[in-house]
Amino acid sequence: MLANQMVPQNIAFGVMATVMAYCAIRVVTTDNLVRAALFLVGVLAGVAGIYILLAAEFVAAVQIIVYIGAVVVLFLFGIMLTKAQIGKAAHLTGDKWPIGLGIAVIMAGTMGYVLMKAFGMQKVDEGRIIGRSAAVADSIFSTYLIPFEVISILLLAALIGAIVLAKKD
Amino acid sequence: MPINAFLLLAAFLFCTGLYGVLARRNAVLVLMSVELILNAVNINLVAFGTRFQGDVTGQVFALFVIAIAAAEVGVGLAIVLLIHRNKSSINVDELDSMKG
Repeated sequence: MLANQMVPQNIAFGVMATVMAYCAIRVVTTDNLVRAALFLVGVLAGVAGIYILLAAEFVAAVQIIVYIGAVVVLFLFGIMLTKAQIGKAAHLTGDKWPIGLGIAVIMAGTMGYVLMKAFGMQKVDEGRIIGRSAAVADSIFSTYLIPFEVISILLLAALIGAIVLAKKD
Repeated sequence: MPINAFLLLAAFLFCTGLYGVLARRNAVLVLMSVELILNAVNINLVAFGTRFQGDVTGQVFALFVIAIAAAEVGVGLAIVLLIHRNKSSINVDELDSMKG
């Protein structure tokens, strides 16, 4: 049964990984700020799909609500309020981009080598995956109760801080 | 599926975000690249979470990272707006008033 499930999973992963890779590259190379935000939506939606493949449905739902629903809208507001040029804008990339590219390629090579050496072709054990949101809730409200409360304080502080920073005196 | 498929995809996303942070001049684009990096981390957390029986710690940590990323974007964009208001530019390589 697992072997039958593998094929659609692999196809879904391949499609999503391709779309995500293309969108991610366009986010960091496009000359258009609004398009960068829209390509970011492609990456974030792909990540949500990856979560579903890994049977983490609750995280996928939160990803869509928080990232695509809120963060991307914040980015679009940020683009609008900083009076960015709509359409092509020059000089979005610095002159020293080859250094950044070199560092990123070296990093990718190192991480790829280490990951292949460490994990090789080890499989994700489908039998062990839990897809129940109840398990997530149990874990948050027992083991991780204090971090959860700290996160809510942090969100409140960030909210107040953002208002104080952005309001006109 | 090999777990490396997920890990290599996350590594690719991380390196793309790293390039964006290093090479982009516009502060909003730098924040977008940071989001790419945080998403790569989240994929890793959820993928490793599948390796332990009956344990959803990876998913819980991914949720925490999502919450922190939302807070980070809120404060980060407020700072960018403030810089834009004071300097009427959000090019990160022009912000060198703290350079020694």
